Amino acid sequence: MRLILALALTHIRGRGRQTLVAIIGVALGVGFSIAMAALMQGGEDDFVARLVDTMPHVDITDEYRTARRQPAQDAFAAARIAGLRPKDDRRGILNPTEATAMLRAWVPGRLALSLKTQGVVRYAGRDVGIAIIGIEPQAEMKVSSLAKDFRQGSFTSLIAGGNNIVVGDRLAQRLGAKLGTTVTVVSSTGQSRAFKIVGLFHTGTTARDEGEGYVLLKSAQILSERPNAINEIRLKLDDPAAAPQVARRAEAQIGYKAVAWQEANESLLEALVIRNVIMYTVVGAILLVAGFGIFNIISTITHEKARDIAILKSLGFTETDMRRLFLLEGLALGAGGSLIGWAVGFSLCFALSLVRFELSGASVAQEITRLPLAWSIWHYLIAAGFALVSAGVAGYLPARQAARLHPVDIIRGAT
Amino acid sequence: MNALIETTGLTRVLPAAVPVTLVHDITLTIGEGEFVAITGPSGSGKSSLLYLLGLLDRPTAGTLTISGRDTAGLSERERAEIRLATLGFVFQFHFLLPEFTVRENVEIPMRRLGRLGTAAMRERSTELLTVLGLADHLDKRPDQLSGGQRQRVAVARSLANDPPLILADEPTGSLDSKNSEQVFAILDALVRERGKTVIAVTHDIDMAARASRRVHLVDGRQAEA
Repeated sequence: MRLILALALTHIRGRGRQTLVAIIGVALGVGFSIAMAALMQGGEDDFVARLVDTMPHVDITDEYRTARRQPAQDAFAAARIAGLRPKDDRRGILNPTEATAMLRAWVPGRLALSLKTQGVVRYAGRDVGIAIIGIEPQAEMKVSSLAKDFRQGSFTSLIAGGNNIVVGDRLAQRLGAKLGTTVTVVSSTGQSRAFKIVGLFHTGTTARDEGEGYVLLKSAQILSERPNAINEIRLKLDDPAAAPQVARRAEAQIGYKAVAWQEANESLLEALVIRNVIMYTVVGAILLVAGFGIFNIISTITHEKARDIAILKSLGFTETDMRRLFLLEGLALGAGGSLIGWAVGFSLCFALSLVRFELSGASVAQEITRLPLAWSIWHYLIAAGFALVSAGVAGYLPARQAARLHPVDIIRGAT
Repeated sequence: MNALIETTGLTRVLPAAVPVTLVHDITLTIGEGEFVAITGPSGSGKSSLLYLLGLLDRPTAGTLTISGRDTAGLSERERAEIRLATLGFVFQFHFLLPEFTVRENVEIPMRRLGRLGTAAMRERSTELLTVLGLADHLDKRPDQLSGGQRQRVAVARSLANDPPLILADEPTGSLDSKNSEQVFAILDALVRERGKTVIAVTHDIDMAARASRRVHLVDGRQAEA
């Protein structure tokens, strides 16, 4: 076997330039696919991280997954109900103190209560409809990603009490209001109060920057005329991946609909799967092209070395030896290319990680971002594995052909 | 004298629209220590017969026994083993591997057989090449040697695994008379001094005359010279 390897390496060395081209082909294939995988994976990780970051991991709202059952349906095996006019539910999560106490007992993470209601902000004759969210600033800061997105002021500015509101900067812009401006907030129940803007945030998501206003929970309860009510419990878990289990258990325990972030973003996550399929197809195609390079050089060597094959066979080498010889040549090229490809991939990733580019966040601000890159040993191993397999296949086909060569045909041809 | 090679009715037909008979009904017994010259005009099937005897080709009909072993039912692998250990080939062209040094070329069959250690192989290749007058060229590549020198390296390679039988296909065909004489003398010495059996295809009348025995072929059939 060592003899075969020595023969293989000598053949490869004997064809310096072609060998170099084949190895560079593989190396570029491996290198680019590593960089590509790092970029795509990095993009995905970044996207999911943002998603996980901005959303509550589990969102418990005052809804039920199934329609309310009528008492008659529970009392009798079969019940026909006609002309049903359901009585008004008391909106909101009932008995919030008990529900949160139950959750606090076991949920690995933090939770925040809020009351979300619809309203209109009015200033200088302009009306903008927004979601008014009543929060407890201390708890909210631990759960919401908004805390980092403040341009001016913060949630703590709400704590001082009084009728204070925190809004998105785009909303302020639309209203023509600034920090310190007093605006009028009208709720859907008709309640109207004056609020002073004590904080401006900018998340980058227009829907939020334009359509959310945060007030103290108490103020929201007064505006919506629902004292002590809440309609949303948001959980931030230590481990975002555990969200589905936590959501199931919470739902079973308190009865309200609990949605994990994975469920809320199912379609987005499915799109990521499709993106991954596309990525691996592209990466595979790159490596396949590199594989053709190997196929090319091995079959050239096979043709040029037909005489050597005849000689070796006449000396007592078997067909298996010949197959191994050319297979090894392919694998050696694949291995060499993979090693250099690792270096190329690493350098590319490093270079890409240095790239900074500016995303203009509309007229508001300039956000400087780096390319999100994922560093994973798996990218290197998969790329090299794929390169080796395609090199093996590329080497095997000419190898089989080489092994079949009949020494007599070649010896005769030479004379 | 033991029979090294025995053939009965050895025939090789090339399958084609009009089948071509290369070798027809050859029955031969060649013993140890013989120097057999296969002669005949061009296209008479001399080389084809040699390839059959050397297990490079399979006969269409007839039997071939080498060292008492019937070769009919052997697998490709077993045939390769016999070529490796029992046969040594010398062709008209040297057929050395161009990327390897003279010494490496001689050692390749030994390494394939794997009976000797590295040091022993080195010793043996040095000895063989020295006997053939190539002691100064051990680490040269074949393309740095003259035609006669290359052919002598090929002879050394055929002897690498110390086979009892050397098959030579026009070994002097591409050499000048001086080198031809030298190669012939080497083959002759192998028979006389080492008890090898040499079967050589040649159309060199002089060489054939000096062989211990001649087999003359015409149109693939054995004929009287």
